[in-house]
Amino acid sequence: MTYVKQALPGPADDGYVPSQRRIERERFKRSRARRATAVAALSTLVTAVVLFLVITGSPGWPRTRETFFSAEYARKSLPKVLDGLLLNLQLLVACGAAVLVLGLLLAVARTLRGPVFFPLRALATAYTDFFRGLPLIICLLMVVFGVPALRLQGVTTDPVVLGGSALVLTYSAYVAEVFRAGIESVHPSQRAAARSLGLSSGQALRHVVLPQAVRRVVPPLLNDLVSLQKDTGLVSIAGAVDAVYAAQIIAGRDFNFTPYVVAGLVFVALTIPMTRFTDWITSRMDRRRAQGGIV
Amino acid sequence: MRLVNRPLRLAACTAAVLLTAAVGCAPQDESPGGPRAAGQGPRSCDRGKLATVAPGKLTVGTDKPAYAPWFTDDDPANGKGFESAVAYAVAKRLGYGKEAVEWQTVPFNNAFAPGEKKFDFDINQISISPERKRAVAFSSGYYDVRQAVIALKGSRAARATSLADLKDLKLGAQVGSTSLDVATDTLRPTRPVAAFQKNDLAKSALRNGQVDAIVTDLPTAFYITSAEVKDAEVVGQFATDGKGREQFGLVLDRESRITGCVSAAVDALRKDGTLGALEKKWLTDTVDAPVLK
Repeated sequence: MTYVKQALPGPADDGYVPSQRRIERERFKRSRARRATAVAALSTLVTAVVLFLVITGSPGWPRTRETFFSAEYARKSLPKVLDGLLLNLQLLVACGAAVLVLGLLLAVARTLRGPVFFPLRALATAYTDFFRGLPLIICLLMVVFGVPALRLQGVTTDPVVLGGSALVLTYSAYVAEVFRAGIESVHPSQRAAARSLGLSSGQALRHVVLPQAVRRVVPPLLNDLVSLQKDTGLVSIAGAVDAVYAAQIIAGRDFNFTPYVVAGLVFVALTIPMTRFTDWITSRMDRRRAQGGIV
Repeated sequence: MRLVNRPLRLAACTAAVLLTAAVGCAPQDESPGGPRAAGQGPRSCDRGKLATVAPGKLTVGTDKPAYAPWFTDDDPANGKGFESAVAYAVAKRLGYGKEAVEWQTVPFNNAFAPGEKKFDFDINQISISPERKRAVAFSSGYYDVRQAVIALKGSRAARATSLADLKDLKLGAQVGSTSLDVATDTLRPTRPVAAFQKNDLAKSALRNGQVDAIVTDLPTAFYITSAEVKDAEVVGQFATDGKGREQFGLVLDRESRITGCVSAAVDALRKDGTLGALEKKWLTDTVDAPVLK
């Protein structure tokens, strides 16, 4: 009985006493870690001081500060920039959803097998090739000014709707390629196994391939969404006022660049949570994969 | 233990190098006693001997494309168009012949960016305002601006006779222009004014029916309706408001040493009737547009 009790793992009564050498080693390790932290802190401080001195000591600094970092213009422009940001967010949500759906459909169309689907595959390929190559700004100009020029009955001339469609056209091509990469990264044995279990081709895609594919491409997808968020501002080409454009209006009127800096910071503030979210998702997935919870 | 000192030494070296580089890179011309300060003493406007960006030359900036009727054929150097003619007249008055004038493409935003300017003055239909004077220097005004509204013939906007008639319409104007301010602040329309990057895009939107009317300065309005969008007409012009007239000025660097000379030249040209004659020659007679009240 006593033997059994002793064999059970326990932190306190396992009789282990760290050797003198081990204690010494750990103390040394701790001191090195403290030292590394101190060196890093000092080095950061020195770098910050040098950068500060270089920037504030440059001959044009007072002028630069006044033009780019004026508190007065920052206060003046923030409400208008935030007003404009509402348009960016609306576009991000609406276009983001449309892009994900359309991109997934395109990717599935491109990966369909069987000769009967050739036209669909060819169309999807042509679409992704064309809109991935076409510069976004040209796509926007064509849609925003070209479509209303046709004077079609019942087609909107609203620049925001048209600009949003142009964004969807371009971004769904990118996202379709991301999804396709995900689908093709799923090992063929998965599909084969699913089919051998009696699932139809569609069922195999829906229940076996897509869940794995989508999970694998979440980081690049979120990357594209961040990119989309910044590009929503390009819709202003047709006259709608987004955050960047609101800044430009003030900058152009008063000849001060501070509103641009404000708009830039607002976008960064929006992007950082999204990036952290991406990191979190990625690490969570990595953990799961390492545990072998999900194949 | 020997290894620990290495990053420290490296950091010290980096800091030293950075500081040296910063000191070495800093241009010295703005320090007191430098050449810039020395030249500021006697404010002479000796003909052809100004402290210009390129010695012996007068560098004039404008945006590209250079729009009619301010320039013609997108070529500022041909001396045709109101602003091109004004630039050459000012240059001549300062003692620079036609061959001594160099043109530079300066996008609107670069005209007021801090830092070294690559032009002596910029001429680009830029209105003088107290806010803008905090960033750049202006010469005296060389043209009195009026803002105007244009709309497609036969549209509801074209029948407007007062500012109140325009209130409910979708208006457009160029970003960074005083036209946009007039449309937004004077008119206070119920729908947000569409701001376009260039007047070309505003014209497309007008043709497409995406906006009901666009606001530009009066000469541009006349040029658009007579040469570019022929099915549009000038609805009317805005009365100059009580705050004083709006004028186009030549833009100079805030630290420019020739602002006084350029202003004196513009004043002289106004006084001897040159500006008036150039206006008559290049800008459509603007009196016959009804004033919207």
